[in-house]
Amino acid sequence: MASIDELKRISSQVRRDIVRMVCAAKSGHPGGSLGIADVLTALYFSEMQQDPATWTRRSAGQDAFVLSAGHLAPVLYAVLARAGYFPVHELGTLRRFGSRLQGHPCVTDGLPGVIKPSGSLGQGLSVAAGLALGKKLSGEDRRVFCLCGDGESEEGQIWEAGMWAAHHGVDNLVAFTDWNGQQIDGPVEKVAGIGDLSEKWGAFGWEVIIADGHDFTSILDAFKLARAANGKPKMILFRTEMGHGVDFMAGTHEWHGKAPTEEQCARALEQLDETLGDY
Amino acid sequence: MKTYIDTGKIDTRSGFGEGLLLAGRQDERVMALTADLKGSVKMNAFAKEFPDRFIECGIAEANMVGVAAGLAIGGKVPFIGSFAEFVTGRVYDQLRQEVAYGHTNVKIASSHAGITLGEDGATHQTMEDIALMRALPGMVVLVPCDYNQTKNATIAAAAYEGPVYIRFGRPSVPNFTPADEPFEIGKIYTLNEGTDVTLIACGHLVWEALGAAQALEAEGISAEVLNVATIKPLDEKTLLASLARTGCAVIAEEHNTAGGLGEAVAGLTAATRPCPLEYINGADRFGQSGTPAELMRAYGLDAAHMAEAAKKAIGRKI
Repeated sequence: MASIDELKRISSQVRRDIVRMVCAAKSGHPGGSLGIADVLTALYFSEMQQDPATWTRRSAGQDAFVLSAGHLAPVLYAVLARAGYFPVHELGTLRRFGSRLQGHPCVTDGLPGVIKPSGSLGQGLSVAAGLALGKKLSGEDRRVFCLCGDGESEEGQIWEAGMWAAHHGVDNLVAFTDWNGQQIDGPVEKVAGIGDLSEKWGAFGWEVIIADGHDFTSILDAFKLARAANGKPKMILFRTEMGHGVDFMAGTHEWHGKAPTEEQCARALEQLDETLGDY
Repeated sequence: MKTYIDTGKIDTRSGFGEGLLLAGRQDERVMALTADLKGSVKMNAFAKEFPDRFIECGIAEANMVGVAAGLAIGGKVPFIGSFAEFVTGRVYDQLRQEVAYGHTNVKIASSHAGITLGEDGATHQTMEDIALMRALPGMVVLVPCDYNQTKNATIAAAAYEGPVYIRFGRPSVPNFTPADEPFEIGKIYTLNEGTDVTLIACGHLVWEALGAAQALEAEGISAEVLNVATIKPLDEKTLLASLARTGCAVIAEEHNTAGGLGEAVAGLTAATRPCPLEYINGADRFGQSGTPAELMRAYGLDAAHMAEAAKKAIGRKI
């Protein structure tokens, strides 16, 4: 298990990877990826019981991670590569023809660590819930983690899954909402108004935990609380900032789906320490 | 011609229910999920015998598809069952991403397909589902013809590794195929050999095709009858061999023209061996309320219309 200092070092490198990958691809989604980089780093390097050496899609006997908001592919790929699921140099192939690192994650070419395709929003929580229930039915004492966006939570299926998982007592399901308040067309509250997610998930019968998605102590404390086998699925609402770590990308929806130019990339990298060596 | 005996009219959905139960006994990975239609899709016996492997999802089909995909990723073999419209059109994007593109071992049990669902009317009578499922890369599409074959196709679907769509219906229809004939995915069953015309049918219209062949025989016309129980992958070899002998065909299905069995056959023959084809299908129309018999007559989905179409096809041969 990595210390908080180590986690900080890793997430800094993950952010560099994200910026460099998206810049090289000339398209992609850097904002959300930068915003949730700390949470996913903490998940893979501290909390999740999953071994890259023996990983299979079926994840028998291991924890599993389901990315529901598929446009966060850059951060998933960077974290997976840094955690040893595949060679880091492959990060440079993001979105290229023939690459296993498709614009949105897929399982066609068997990229290690990717459990399902995602891109069409609102579907991952159902899959994670089914996988988690399957683990319970098979007598596996293992958990399934799932990352959704707050904008994504405008999809009705998220709430179908919420109702179902609580009804079936799937307490080995731990979902995260990347609560950054931004979506493509602007601030979430202006676009659609999803309201108080804490009250909503509580009303759906979930254990709700709120944490600061950029403070590793807060993230790890939330993970610890979510370990309770109390008959309820867990929802950790991570307060995050889209584009976190790069001043000109932070706190705006403008960088949801836009690649930086070479010059912008250089400016961004000046703000992010190269801690593990660029790919 | 070869004689087929109806051993007693029964609904094909009950064949699914029996097949599911038998598959469940053979393989403990088999699970059943429904969206508030347990009785309608005949999952009661399975749910009673295997309560831990039956999941009620409530009226939330999209979530049901995702849950099934998750169970399949973890090694289970889930069957999701509902009315045909609600496990295809309603959840197309979910099936596309989580089942087809995600290549999960999910079986889609599609009941009450076509207009013979009857009195509920067009909202429930999907005539487009075969087209939707055929369009998904890697999806196996099964349309068995009677109770026995639906039972055996369900067992085969459970044993197959990969996404399968299996379509069946509500009304009682003749049961005439062997009770325990193992179902072969991808095989066309030749029920009668003939030389003048090929009657190509799927689902319960296969029985109508046999009736049409009998009527044609009385007029001195020799009709070959093919039961296309697997629409995808299509048994091209058997189809083309038959058309090489007969030189024309009638294609019958309880489905819209667009994207159905008829277009699958037309696409194949246009690219290889063009020949006169006549269609027996729902044309480009929605259904309406009525009894199954009334609707089949009104939409021309019966032996009499098929025999007429056969003569037309023969007359178009050069």
